[in-house]
Amino acid sequence: MRGAAAIFSKDLYSELRTRYALNSLVMFVVVTLSIILFSTAGETVSPSLSAGILWVIIFFAAMSGLSRCFVSEEERGTSMTLQLWVAPSSVLLGKLLFNSLLIYVLNALIVIAYMLTMPSFIVKSPLIFFLTIVVGSFGLSAASTFIAAIISKANSKGTLYPVLSFPILLPLLMSVIDATRLSVDGAALSEALGDFKIMFSYAVVVTTAAIVLFDFVWRD
Amino acid sequence: MKNWMKIGIGIWIAVVVAVGIAMPIGYIPGLGAKARIIFFHVPMSWLAVLAFFMSMWYGIAYLRKKDMKLDIKSAAAAELGFIFSILATVTGSIWAKFNWGSFWNWDPRETSIFVLLLIYGAYFSLRSALEVEERRATLSAVYSIVAFITVPFFVFIMPRMMTGLHPGEGSPAPIVNANGKMYMDANMRYVFYASLVGFSLLYVWLFQLRSKIGILTYQNHTEIE
Repeated sequence: MRGAAAIFSKDLYSELRTRYALNSLVMFVVVTLSIILFSTAGETVSPSLSAGILWVIIFFAAMSGLSRCFVSEEERGTSMTLQLWVAPSSVLLGKLLFNSLLIYVLNALIVIAYMLTMPSFIVKSPLIFFLTIVVGSFGLSAASTFIAAIISKANSKGTLYPVLSFPILLPLLMSVIDATRLSVDGAALSEALGDFKIMFSYAVVVTTAAIVLFDFVWRD
Repeated sequence: MKNWMKIGIGIWIAVVVAVGIAMPIGYIPGLGAKARIIFFHVPMSWLAVLAFFMSMWYGIAYLRKKDMKLDIKSAAAAELGFIFSILATVTGSIWAKFNWGSFWNWDPRETSIFVLLLIYGAYFSLRSALEVEERRATLSAVYSIVAFITVPFFVFIMPRMMTGLHPGEGSPAPIVNANGKMYMDANMRYVFYASLVGFSLLYVWLFQLRSKIGILTYQNHTEIE
């Protein structure tokens, strides 16, 4: 656990020093959002469609930023050092914590920017929406951190990352999109219960599998 | 596999195909003769999932024993599974055009076979992006395990959340219903099981051939080096 905390603070310090990931991700979100706004200019986007578009932005922002945690270790040649000093599970947990923090900050920015610019996106059930973002983002970060560890060993990392992540993330994406649509439609909390069950069990199952299998990926 | 078995599989499947097309199947509400697809389409999708499971199974075995032959078998199972899932998608899609009016409807089962195709595609792209053999074997095994644990979400949870079009998922449920009971008449059931057995044996034969070729190529390749 101390190793995990050390990895987390190492990543946090190096991120705060350069602000590389956050800067480029914020720009990515601005670019994506403006493309969507240009292409929907003058159109009335239905509320349920706007719920789907929000997760398109979140998915691709995650795909462009979250692979860095392992890819940068391979590129700088520092993964051997980490293998010597900390247990594999600590590496995974530390990276998972850092990626979760990154995606929470990023999603907060995306949601604020999206609510300001997309007039039809009005959340009528804030609790459903809040829980969806909290649980959904964690599931997203768990699956994509683990896939990042796999692709950091491969060639053509950038293109491979969304290709490998999408089929794994699809059950999560379907339930978060459904829950977001319910929150925009103003549904009661009990209606979204099925989606929350899927999100929660998905996050637990994927995190467990990642911890069990990470040894094989990390030590080769 | 012995020669008589290969010939036997050929005759078996030929008989199943002929009987499946020609046999009178009685009146099935809403489907009629179109219900005959069950003899061909269902075994294809069954094998697509079975092959995926076998690929993961050999992947786990590789992670435990680190034997390259197991990785070759895992890849061979996945290759055949990919072919069978394409066949299941194409046969189902043509059938959907005539029964539901369009080639693709995003019915839960269609969504899950689509995801299965995506997983196979991702698995092969991962394999081609890794050059070191041991690393390729390890990482593709890990990926197939992670992909496999998301399958229950599609197979068991999604169809219960969304309304499906497949026979057995709507309210009329002419052939298979939610309780797992089958409303097929006895003859139809025998042909269906015969077809399932025939195509599964065909799969075993193809799998043995494919993995034998893979292992020989690998041995040849390592000898030259």
